[in-house]
Amino acid sequence: ATLQSTILKERAEIFDTDFQMSADANHQNIQEREREGGRMVEKGTSLLKKMEISVAEAEKRTGKNAVNMQETYTVYLIEMRPVDAASEGTNPVPDSLWRRYSEFELLRNYLLVTYPFLVVPPLPEKRAEFVWHKLSADNMDPDFVERRRVGLENFLLRVASHPDLSTDKIFYSFLTEENGWKETVFETGFQAKADSRLKALNATFRVKNPDKRFAEMKHYGDELQSVISQLLRVRARAADRLYGVYKVHGNYGRVFSEWSAIEKEMGDGLQSAGHHMDAYAASVDDILEEEEHYADQMKEYLFYADALRAVCRKHELTQYELEMAAQDLTSKKQQREELATGTIRTFSLKGVTSKLFGQETPEQREAKLKMLETQIEEGEELVKERNAECEEFVKSAWVDIERFKEQKDHDLREALISYAIMQISMCKKGIQVWNNAKECFSKM
Amino acid sequence: MMSGSVVDNTVSSGNSSAAIPTDISGQILDLDEDDDLEVFSKDTTLTDGSSFNASMQTSPASMINQYKFEEDADTKDIFVTVDNPESHVTAIETYITYRVMTKTTRSEFDSSEFEVRRRYQDFLWLKGRLEEAHPTLIAHPLPEKFVVKGMVERFNEDFIETRRRALHRFLNKIAEHPIFSSSEDFKIFLTAASGELTSHKKQGPGFLSRMGDTVKAVAAAVRGVRNRPQEFTEMQEYVEAFSQKISSLDKVTQRIVREQKEYLEELKECGPTYALWSQSEEELAEPLKNVAGCVDRCCKETEEQVKNLSDHLIPVLHEYVLCADTLKMRNDLDKAEDRLEWANNALKSDWTRWQKVMRTDLRSAFVDTAERNVSYYEKCLAVWESFLHSQRTDAEGNGKVDFS
Repeated sequence: ATLQSTILKERAEIFDTDFQMSADANHQNIQEREREGGRMVEKGTSLLKKMEISVAEAEKRTGKNAVNMQETYTVYLIEMRPVDAASEGTNPVPDSLWRRYSEFELLRNYLLVTYPFLVVPPLPEKRAEFVWHKLSADNMDPDFVERRRVGLENFLLRVASHPDLSTDKIFYSFLTEENGWKETVFETGFQAKADSRLKALNATFRVKNPDKRFAEMKHYGDELQSVISQLLRVRARAADRLYGVYKVHGNYGRVFSEWSAIEKEMGDGLQSAGHHMDAYAASVDDILEEEEHYADQMKEYLFYADALRAVCRKHELTQYELEMAAQDLTSKKQQREELATGTIRTFSLKGVTSKLFGQETPEQREAKLKMLETQIEEGEELVKERNAECEEFVKSAWVDIERFKEQKDHDLREALISYAIMQISMCKKGIQVWNNAKECFSKM
Repeated sequence: MMSGSVVDNTVSSGNSSAAIPTDISGQILDLDEDDDLEVFSKDTTLTDGSSFNASMQTSPASMINQYKFEEDADTKDIFVTVDNPESHVTAIETYITYRVMTKTTRSEFDSSEFEVRRRYQDFLWLKGRLEEAHPTLIAHPLPEKFVVKGMVERFNEDFIETRRRALHRFLNKIAEHPIFSSSEDFKIFLTAASGELTSHKKQGPGFLSRMGDTVKAVAAAVRGVRNRPQEFTEMQEYVEAFSQKISSLDKVTQRIVREQKEYLEELKECGPTYALWSQSEEELAEPLKNVAGCVDRCCKETEEQVKNLSDHLIPVLHEYVLCADTLKMRNDLDKAEDRLEWANNALKSDWTRWQKVMRTDLRSAFVDTAERNVSYYEKCLAVWESFLHSQRTDAEGNGKVDFS
């Protein structure tokens, strides 16, 4: 198992306990999901405890796309191996299937719609961004594909170690059923929900009593996104420059070599010093490759920031819907009162027309009152429902946000530490090369 | 009697210590002719104490001995330093003088310690005189008269410091040279009060500080190398190649400095970004601030690294570029003249000597650069290790996972 999966497993264990504790709080969620037909694989355990998941390979395929045109795309091999089998010494062939990036996207969209109160782990970027000039921005570039493979594996591990997400049926079948999975996802009808929610999200709406905590969280998400973007930009530019510094030293190698040819006594010293300069120039490639990994870690949290903001936005929507329902109820109640007492306090077109065209008959009024009563009843139900929804959302979301915060603090701290380790390694290489060069120079 | 393609001169040959001639080049030719003659006739009129034509101070015999004399630090009997730049303002101009201190045990010096102040013009004069007197020998270059690209102010601190170092190197090269250091002009330069020096300068044909004239004189004096055409060609080829290589190294180093500066510009934005981030965080605030500090410290080290290259390696490389140019020029203008063994030996010995000095200079310059690079990386290493250390103690203190 990779270090990463070990870490994620550890965390999964921690959160399993949390999961049990907040089981009651999540009880309603569980019920809701069961209602929607989502069957859990195993209650109370994280998938990763039982299975090892990896994205082992990437391959190019060609095929016909939706408009019957030939296209080339990359597929990734997902492997699942039972954890116990490895330790028992038996080595069964892992379950494996091939998936392409768009299928990962579909899975994530499904999760986003189904669990709007969770911070859903992000996918690796669709297109290469924050590249410095030596890196390719081409999706077909093997380095890009490799980094994407790692990112996709990371995504699966994150989902698999999440207390709620890991138990999702669609997720499980993503890992196990190569054919027909897409249809299964569409059958859940999540897209309909997605469409309506999306429309609502895009519309601007104002919440009267915004939840302070969520507002703060959203603001934090904005800041995190902004500062990580800046960091990635600056880092990419610095990497570009550092590359230049190292590579120019290669010219020393060339000139020393040429110079050594015309010297008698200095020749050997110069020649070997030249070799060390070449080594120095070449060393930057590995250095920057490692730094790219650091950048990927940062990128993951750049996208996580977006997921966090999405949760806050969805909460706003929930609250807005509640407020709308409450508002509607209040106005209906007011209408009833007016109708009952005969006083017109609120402006309504009906009121005006009735004034213009004469009062209603008692029968008409009775009918109207009755309708209002029904509407009010329904309205009260709706408010109750929405209120419960809102409360539920807040509770679940907040649990997940706390979980996310802890994960973020831990991961980013480790990333900073690994960055320091990288710098140290780079310095050590530099010391070695220049000490070697110094020795050669002294023999000049 | 020497004949051949000798430049027609207006002054009759004879006493080498004649009055100031109008056509200097002819005079110099004459000088050489006479010198040769006098050398072989063991005429000691050269040492007639004329303070204006400060050519060979010692007799030819001892001079040859000097050539065989190996430079040894232990037997160094003269120490010169150039420091303490000071600015002087007069009605006409502003200029800088440098303090030149000499400590010596040489008998020809009246005392053992001297302290004078000299300006750049004085150094130029000295070089000119030495080249006039010893056209066959190789003199170390002086820093350029005017500012090099990249600097704006003639009196900019960095410029003055760079120039001071170059002047110091120049004087030391003279002091270490067996022939140059025994020059009367050199002695006067080191010891005379400003007034004295001025009058001394006025008296001699000392305005020959322009490279062009010196080169012509040198060219005219490079004779007899036809006797050893192969060696000459070899030297020519070597100088040509060496000149190319040293120019390349100069360019490469300047390019490195440029790239480092651009890298530094970008790196300077990293620290503040981490610091900005720390303001939005709680748990992460401390490590982020720490990283910001580390990046800033590395920036400072990088800045110093760049300065080191500019201050130490580049001037030395540049001086040898100038050196190589001078050598090339003398090679270009070879006049065939039958040359006596002595002149050949003089040139060859000085050439050998020069190569040795060059090797020493460049070796120590590169060793120095390598050491500075090592030191740079060691300092950055310490910075990041302290960060790791702080995170470890923090984590262990908080009861988190130990990541050693």
